[in-house]
Amino acid sequence: MKVIVPTQLRGYTGGQPEVTAAGATLDAVLVDLDRQFPGFRFRVIDEQDRVRRHVILFVGGERQDDLASAIPAGAELQIVGALSGGA
Amino acid sequence: MPVQLYLATRKGIFIATSSADRRSWSLRDPVYLGQQCHHAVLDPRDRTTLLLASRQWHLGPTVFRSDDNGVSWKEAARPPQFTKGEPRGRAVDHVFWLTPGHASEPDVWYAGTSPKGLFRSEDGGRTWDAVAGFNDHPEQHVWVGSDKDETPDGGKLHSILVDPRDPAHLYLSMSGGGTFESTDRGATWAPLNLGVDMDFAPKKEDGTEYLFGHDPHCMVQHPTSPDRLWQQNHCGIYKLDRAAGDRWERVGRAMPKEIGDVGFPVIAHPRDPDTAWVFPMDGTGDWPRTSPGGKPSLYRTRDAGASWERQDTGLPDSQAWWTVKRQAMCSDLRDPVGLYFGTTSGEVWSTIDEGASFQLLFRHLPHVFAVTAGEPA
Repeated sequence: MKVIVPTQLRGYTGGQPEVTAAGATLDAVLVDLDRQFPGFRFRVIDEQDRVRRHVILFVGGERQDDLASAIPAGAELQIVGALSGGA
Repeated sequence: MPVQLYLATRKGIFIATSSADRRSWSLRDPVYLGQQCHHAVLDPRDRTTLLLASRQWHLGPTVFRSDDNGVSWKEAARPPQFTKGEPRGRAVDHVFWLTPGHASEPDVWYAGTSPKGLFRSEDGGRTWDAVAGFNDHPEQHVWVGSDKDETPDGGKLHSILVDPRDPAHLYLSMSGGGTFESTDRGATWAPLNLGVDMDFAPKKEDGTEYLFGHDPHCMVQHPTSPDRLWQQNHCGIYKLDRAAGDRWERVGRAMPKEIGDVGFPVIAHPRDPDTAWVFPMDGTGDWPRTSPGGKPSLYRTRDAGASWERQDTGLPDSQAWWTVKRQAMCSDLRDPVGLYFGTTSGEVWSTIDEGASFQLLFRHLPHVFAVTAGEPA
């Protein structure tokens, strides 16, 4: 699936704003992203498997916090640095 | 040989380098600009490894390591994190404190976090593990208190001290929670707070003292007389001589009454165990936590806290409403000792004559969280 990467995470993707990753669930996609870009997952998901407070994940345009959720066919994952995280 | 300052700020880390005589300084462009950098420490054992505790506002906490004097950095492969699935559901919000381990354990480091947790690395900061004897102690949730016992941006575990005589002998402090001691490398812990005031708690009906729950802001151990501990607490300045017992003495009572003995940092003279410095702040009324009267000053004792002298030559004499955070004041190892501090308003000051006069090194930086000094190899 296509993954849209916010500026805050592009240090992990070599500056790429879009990457691809595979997985049947949101968690599997994030694991694949971490395999490709070591350290990526921990910057998005904390050690208790919660989406970080100031990160929002959109799957197919819908906000998604459930890592076990299935990825619909053709959906994109967009990772957003939330407005609440700026200071 | 230059002295370097590692300036961890609310918006990145800056590295300043002195001339050999410490009279002129240069400042590099920031690294990790925009990240909340809480502590950067050069390893005094190899004078090469530099660790940085940082939180990207969106992406959470991590630790970076540099082996080339801060030119390039690599993120820890496993940053400090609580055990997955642990019953209290804790997750590290930010890594607040870094302490290099004992000289005999060259790759060991300790980290303190918010929420209050203790972590240890045995590979120079590349991977970190929880110190289970502290984080998972059945009483730990009682020691650390509730969210009303925390600093506004979360409770802090700080002032991790490693006894230079014994790598298994550790101290740590918590805001709030108090000071604790381990003699077995962190497997077990005991509180060490007798004699420390708790103005923010009611007196116990049975007249006994609270054993923990205190609010140490900063604690240091004298490097050559390790039985001598200094503590700047929310409720005063204290000294403890372990050889004489385990009861802290409120030496801040000798401070001028109009200044008081509230503050964040305390630093010890690197050679003279009877000399220490504090930077008082206003802890009256609404607790503005600014320099008392808008007139910043260090106070020095040279007689183990029996008396304190004001040192403010060169500092603003009015309308300076900043203060100095607990990690933001340090010394070098030169003779005479150089002292350095960074302010909440983004200034960095120095003295190279042990406080007789101060010079402004830099201004217009972000809010300074931490200043440490080193002499890189």
